[in-house]
Amino acid sequence: MDVPNLTKKRIKDYLEAGKRFDGRKLLDHRNIEIEPCVSNNAEGSARVKMGDTEVIAGVKMGLGEPYPDHEDEGTMMTTMELLPLSSENFEYGPPRINAIETARIIDRGIRESGLIDFKKLCVKKGEKVWTVFIDLYSINDDGNLLDAGALAAITALLNAKIPKYDEKQEKVVFGELTTKKLPLTKDIPITFTFHKIGKAIILDPSREEEEASDTRLSIALSHGKKEIMVNAMQKGGEVPFSQEEIIKIIDAAEKKYKEIEKELFDKIEKNLKAKK
Amino acid sequence: MAFTKRPDGRKFDEMREMKAKVGVVPRADGSALFAFGDTIAIASVYGPKPLHPQHLQDPEKGVLRVNYDMISFSVNERKRPGPSRRGQEISKVTEWALAPALKIDNFQNTVVDVHIVILQANASTRCAGINAAALALAHAGVPMKELVSAVSIGKVDDKIVIDLIKEEEDYKEGEGSTDIPLAFLSESGKITLLQLDGKAQTKKLKEIIEAGKKACEKVYELQKKTLKEVKGE
Amino acid sequence: MISKQEKEEKNEKEKREIVVPGEIIVSGEDYLPGEWTEREGKNIIASRFGLADKSGRLVKIIPLSGIYIPRKGNVVIGKVLDITFNGWIIDTNAPYQSFLSIMECSKFVNKNDLSECYSIGDMIAVKVLSVKRKGIDLTAKGRNLGKLEGGIIIHINSNKVPRVIGKEGSMINLIKKESNCDITVGQNGIIWIRGNKIENELFAKKAILFVTEKSFIEGLTEKTKEWLEKNKKSKEEK
Repeated sequence: MDVPNLTKKRIKDYLEAGKRFDGRKLLDHRNIEIEPCVSNNAEGSARVKMGDTEVIAGVKMGLGEPYPDHEDEGTMMTTMELLPLSSENFEYGPPRINAIETARIIDRGIRESGLIDFKKLCVKKGEKVWTVFIDLYSINDDGNLLDAGALAAITALLNAKIPKYDEKQEKVVFGELTTKKLPLTKDIPITFTFHKIGKAIILDPSREEEEASDTRLSIALSHGKKEIMVNAMQKGGEVPFSQEEIIKIIDAAEKKYKEIEKELFDKIEKNLKAKK
Repeated sequence: MAFTKRPDGRKFDEMREMKAKVGVVPRADGSALFAFGDTIAIASVYGPKPLHPQHLQDPEKGVLRVNYDMISFSVNERKRPGPSRRGQEISKVTEWALAPALKIDNFQNTVVDVHIVILQANASTRCAGINAAALALAHAGVPMKELVSAVSIGKVDDKIVIDLIKEEEDYKEGEGSTDIPLAFLSESGKITLLQLDGKAQTKKLKEIIEAGKKACEKVYELQKKTLKEVKGE
Repeated sequence: MISKQEKEEKNEKEKREIVVPGEIIVSGEDYLPGEWTEREGKNIIASRFGLADKSGRLVKIIPLSGIYIPRKGNVVIGKVLDITFNGWIIDTNAPYQSFLSIMECSKFVNKNDLSECYSIGDMIAVKVLSVKRKGIDLTAKGRNLGKLEGGIIIHINSNKVPRVIGKEGSMINLIKKESNCDITVGQNGIIWIRGNKIENELFAKKAILFVTEKSFIEGLTEKTKEWLEKNKKSKEEK
């Protein structure tokens, strides 16, 4: 059942009083679980849960041609499938706009952060480069698949290893990984999607809050050389934001990044070590 | 060289370690995970619910719809996202495997949707999918006559083995490899899935089907145990 | 030597065990097949996953999970999905389409604009008049039925509703009193809570979720009373 009018109204009333149905503060996340290396057949993988929302990510690599204006750089492609398994609202068929948009926002955040060192993915300039495929799947939709997906994507990249390459046959030997990790920098992006409901701005909406949301702003940030950089932004939804609201959100995003980046990266590292 | 030893050291009649769990997709009406070793399938069920569009409804009874899909990184070589002909065929035979177990005649104009997703593949994926789906259907409270249990029997060279893995599927020497996925209804013992892909002598088939039945009984024991351990949620 | 209490608990456990579809619950001509069971020769077989209740001659299954099957006379809460020329199509989380005809509206209806009475997205408390092949017929005529205004809606497993209501309403009345809220519990697992303060609504919601989480334990009413006492104090301290 989709969220009824009276609940939407009530959510707005509660938020004006600074309260959420599950007792969280407006900018608090639900409990985040990060599990790296969940797949035997992926080059890198992860499962992320935010509350009951669950997304899995897999990194697969393949060989392909570089883009003509980036002859010595590898390429990447991000897809997201909103599986009908995860919600009665998702249908079979080619990806709808919500899956496409989500994947592209996550993609831009990773691409522009500089996390992947594409130059190190060149096998033969102008002819052969590695392509990094990031595939995301929703397993349970309880709101905020985007941020959960983005976190799963970077965790999968952080534990990805390059597959064996047979130089004689010029083919990838799938199923055999080298010990060489995917060439990454320290510029790890985190995506925060802020939702405006009535006058309030919240983070990590539950399913009900997401349905009651008027409009949203996703921001992907990462560590630049000297300061925090915004790598991607996307306003989604019909209702407009005021200038003040946008500035307020950008400030909140930077503050949030500084607040939770250590906790998240520590969690990823700890869980990675536990898997070995 | 004849096939005398299984690549993972199992006895010919030994199954991989199985794992089963219900409730893995909280949003669904019912859901479950089932694994044969490192072949992992999850299934979720929505329904019975009104079937839209109306022209697909059956005014005589409820309808079962099954969709089977593998995620891109369930296999070594990335599977491009999107439907495949293989997936569509497996969806259909899975529907035929599960339908006889359901009691949805009284649910006219409704549909029970079963979604099966293979997270990791090492052969026997359709059987893992059927086992997960049967658990998910029971968990969803769909009225059923009995459960359905499935397993892949193989004939590798001239040996009959239980619970085939990919390496055995790829065996090319001697008589090669034949894959026989089977599913049985848990109480009536009737066969609801039977496929064969390879070369097998007619007289070997009786033995193969017997082996399948025994193995499916073990699957049923685990399915039953998993359901009985569900606490009030 | 087992104590009387242990013996009683053992009996309770034996009377109720989880069964899977197709399993034989009891065997014998004396037993009668009740809800979600079937007779096959001498045996009574389970047709649905749940707790088998064999405390009397009538053997039935108490479902633990799964969808709500509507019964005549059930009070349910539904959401208006669509408006037709002669009524409203309601989503009650049931397997079948539910319909509320103009004739069964709780107040006067403007035939030219049904949305004046109930619009799409409204939540209404209704009663099931009949369950037929082509759908469920509802009525909004009756005490405490009709459009729900304000408050919040929560969803619980419909199989837990009897626990939340309690014997003759004892549990839900306790929660209503302690939280100072109006509460309507739909048999379909949809519950409406309205209080004059947000804290009260959230408190009632927490109490109901406590009951659903602990639904399988003995002495739940007592434990709920304790929980309410303890948490009411901390709520007031906030």
